[in-house]
Amino acid sequence: MDLSFFVIQALSGLASASALFVIASGLTIVFGVTRIVNFAHGSFYMLGAYMAVTIVPWLLQFDRSPTLFFVGVIASATVVGILGVIMEVVLLRRIYRVPELFQLLATFGVVLIVQDVVLKIWGPVDITGPRAPGMRHGIEILGQRFPAYEMFLIFVGPAVLGALLLIMHKTRFGVLIRAATQDREMVGALGVNQAMLFTGTLFLGAFLAGLGGALQIPRLPANTGMDLSIITEAFVVTVIGGMGSVPGAFIAALIIKMLEAFGILIFPKITLVLVFLLMAVVLVVKPWGLMGKPEVASGRAVLPEGILNLKGFSRTETVVWIVLTIALLLIPVFGDTYKVKVGIEIMVFALAAFSLNLLIGNGGIVSFGHAAYFGVGAYAAGLLVTGPMKAPMELALVVAPIAGGLAAALFGYFIVRLHGIYLAMLTLAFAQITYAICFQWVEVTGGDNGVVGVWPSRWAASREVYFYVVAVLALSSIVALRHLFYTPFGYTLRAARDSATRADAIGIDVKTHRWLAFIVAGAAAGLAGALYSFSKGSIDPTMISIGMSIDFLMMILTGGIQTVMGPLVGTAVFHSVKDFFMPLTDFWRFFLGVSIIAIVLIFPKGVVGAIEGLRERMGRGAPAPAAPAIAKEAA
Amino acid sequence: MSKLDLSRRTVVGGLAATGVALTAGTGSAQGAPVKVGELNSYSRMAAFAVPYRNGMQLAVEQINAAGGLAGMGGRPLEIIYRDDGATPGDAVRVAEELVTRENVSFIAGAFLSNVGLALADFANQKKVLYLATEPLTDALTMGSGNPYTFRVRPGTYMQTKMLVDAAKGKGVKRWAVVAPNYEYGQSAVAAFKRLMGAAVPGFEVVAEQFPALGRVDAGATVGALAQSRPDGIFNVLFGADLTAFVREGNTRGLFERRTVVSLLTGEPEYLLPLGDETPDGWIVTGYPPEQVTTHGHQAFVTAYKAKFNDTPRLGSVLGYVVPFMIRDMFNKAKSTETAAMIEAFKDLTTQTICGPVTMRAIDQQSTLGAWVGETTLQGKLPTMKNFRYVDGAEVMFPEAEVRAARKI
Repeated sequence: MDLSFFVIQALSGLASASALFVIASGLTIVFGVTRIVNFAHGSFYMLGAYMAVTIVPWLLQFDRSPTLFFVGVIASATVVGILGVIMEVVLLRRIYRVPELFQLLATFGVVLIVQDVVLKIWGPVDITGPRAPGMRHGIEILGQRFPAYEMFLIFVGPAVLGALLLIMHKTRFGVLIRAATQDREMVGALGVNQAMLFTGTLFLGAFLAGLGGALQIPRLPANTGMDLSIITEAFVVTVIGGMGSVPGAFIAALIIKMLEAFGILIFPKITLVLVFLLMAVVLVVKPWGLMGKPEVASGRAVLPEGILNLKGFSRTETVVWIVLTIALLLIPVFGDTYKVKVGIEIMVFALAAFSLNLLIGNGGIVSFGHAAYFGVGAYAAGLLVTGPMKAPMELALVVAPIAGGLAAALFGYFIVRLHGIYLAMLTLAFAQITYAICFQWVEVTGGDNGVVGVWPSRWAASREVYFYVVAVLALSSIVALRHLFYTPFGYTLRAARDSATRADAIGIDVKTHRWLAFIVAGAAAGLAGALYSFSKGSIDPTMISIGMSIDFLMMILTGGIQTVMGPLVGTAVFHSVKDFFMPLTDFWRFFLGVSIIAIVLIFPKGVVGAIEGLRERMGRGAPAPAAPAIAKEAA
Repeated sequence: MSKLDLSRRTVVGGLAATGVALTAGTGSAQGAPVKVGELNSYSRMAAFAVPYRNGMQLAVEQINAAGGLAGMGGRPLEIIYRDDGATPGDAVRVAEELVTRENVSFIAGAFLSNVGLALADFANQKKVLYLATEPLTDALTMGSGNPYTFRVRPGTYMQTKMLVDAAKGKGVKRWAVVAPNYEYGQSAVAAFKRLMGAAVPGFEVVAEQFPALGRVDAGATVGALAQSRPDGIFNVLFGADLTAFVREGNTRGLFERRTVVSLLTGEPEYLLPLGDETPDGWIVTGYPPEQVTTHGHQAFVTAYKAKFNDTPRLGSVLGYVVPFMIRDMFNKAKSTETAAMIEAFKDLTTQTICGPVTMRAIDQQSTLGAWVGETTLQGKLPTMKNFRYVDGAEVMFPEAEVRAARKI
């Protein structure tokens, strides 16, 4: 490798790192202060690019000067910053007191809405922005040409870092941001106007995302896939750097992009996996990221989000559930094939969501990557049935949960060692690695085409029969999982969730219990995955995608993670809403997003949580426990 | 339909307002419509799918204004459009809905290959006809092909072969390849190596880059390719990846004095966003809407512009061609029975704005071709020059290979 090539490749890496840092810094600041995992950050980035390809060419009509180009870029970023403020005031401010996961759900609703709004306003065709005036050319370096604009970008990152550090250390706003990042409750207790602080932070965060997007226009066309392509990478950077740490994000962006610039020379196919592998390694070695600190609040007794009062069924509830089950089982008798198909899907997703709630609601283990186990089960079953073995469906349905459980055992071993958001991000990393393997290993998995011909055995080939196969397996698994909530194992998990330290002190092996829960949930998801693939006849990587993991989260959050049965209702509601809007309009994602936000605002405890709250208020259920009130104060 | 006939109708139909389709009048279609279910990624892949749907709507209007489906007693053709959610799971559910609730006679559509394959398998399982219009993967007509699935657009292998045929004369031996890392990219590269390797003695690939789809790190990729000092570059990137790659490559001089062969780049969907950065002389497959003059094509362009106030894309051409194939199929089958429709499609030749298109029976792949030429800028408008329409029949898989792959 000659020197000039080495230098050029390093410079390319630096330029990309710089661009990535600008975006990730905003995400890490917002998370540090508000503790919101802001999925909409990618949407702000995309909006920044679209604003810039609109504003900048208009400005350049007056004078093709570099100054006007950068005025346009800053103006675009400012507009996006204002949109961030609007999101904070209109939406986030109303939900700071609901469980943190709900805020994530709301920001994902925003992602869906922005996608369709962008499509409506700017159309589906990529819009290529102008090059920066005066920076079209290449600079000769050691006999090779390097784009002047990239050279400029290399300096933008450090400049933004410097400006942020200056704000953080020299202004009152910055000091408050640092204080809130360190201990939000304390800042509140000291009488700081949190509303203003949060609004300001969201402005800064969205501004940086918009700036990152606007700066991309000479390199990338504004396109409708920008939001999701950047968001995972930005998350990875913030996690590797340590959530809330701006210098950490800078270092992480540098490491990732340099690794990529040179990694592709040796492993040209590695890009998709590389960042997640790196994140997994960093988190295993440094559980709080490179420059993150353990959360102060993590040692504090806070009421957890999740199932608090475990109750058995009252007589009415028993009757309601029995009636619902019978109604479900009668679908093939009265409904058409399509209803049967939807019924199958709801049962399958309900099982996956229910197993996820064993982790989240019951164990406090927030998984952003539950689709990994769903997918592993599906792939195990699909490849068994279609591979050289041509195994029957029955065998595949036995192997699938084992495969899901094994994958969960492997990944879970590392995952349960972490806490909070870092744990969630590691689940995401493992899911993405699994996804990348299935997506890119075409010889074995069929790549994104997947594998077709995954149909049930002959006796179960009719939709109606298969419906009952799914009903028996899914419902009995759900009943078994539900039983787990009530066993000493379930209580132990909740103890470990509520206070890992105290649970540890009384002799509970917290990690092992969490690990076991992970394996059980993985196995159940694996079974669900296999059942799903037999219902649609194929396997493909979308079953492992982030979108799928988010769908599962949506389902349990819609139903309510504070209840045992909520995920089942949530699944039915979520799936029905999607199924209702999809045939109606091209803009179904907009309506799905609006529905999600409406659910978050109207039922902050999920649908079932709301029903239970209503019953308590009407004084018919159990006496209202004090717990929710305390939870509110703690939030 | 004769050429002359087509152009006249195209103009009339195009100038007529929407709603002509179902108004009963002399010569227009009558009776209950024959329904076809069309699924596509109208939301996620709108850049391709919306012009495609526009083309379909235009064609259906013209067909119905001209008396509908003659073989079905003049009943009008109705296409029911649904979003496939861009995932196989959603697509199969929607297909089920179309078949059971809307009682469509068959299903058509899909853009993504995995969605197309899943629908093909669904069709095979449920014994429903599936007309795959857009998916490119070769598996659809080869290894995963089935008797219920027909494909319209030329697949990955066919388009790669068109390019190899056009570029092999240059005798370039040292090639670098860059492709998105998934099935489409990998199989295009495999086909390129195989075909170019057979055509040019001493052919070698000196560098391969497989960036992740939708997130190419253009600087690093261009650097890695330039380092290998190839004489030719085979590119499979498209969309935003392509634009980023072209800009970076232009500034760094990657394409200077090199033969560049690029799949799909001439399609307006991907070419227009390149704007004034469009490189000159890349050998590409694509579609230059303003310049095609054969088979009454300009009448279609005029009608399309009049109706949608936009120039047609490749998707529009495909969308416009498909309903005429469907019409001819119904006229021949005279029935909505799946078996009759399958028989009718086999070796069915339809006169289209691209010339005659035949559905080859052995792999159920149509001979619809593509335009192969060189990229260029006409003023500020990116388009193609020195192009010719390559009939799909010239570049199809040899029959022996089809028999081996489909096990027939």
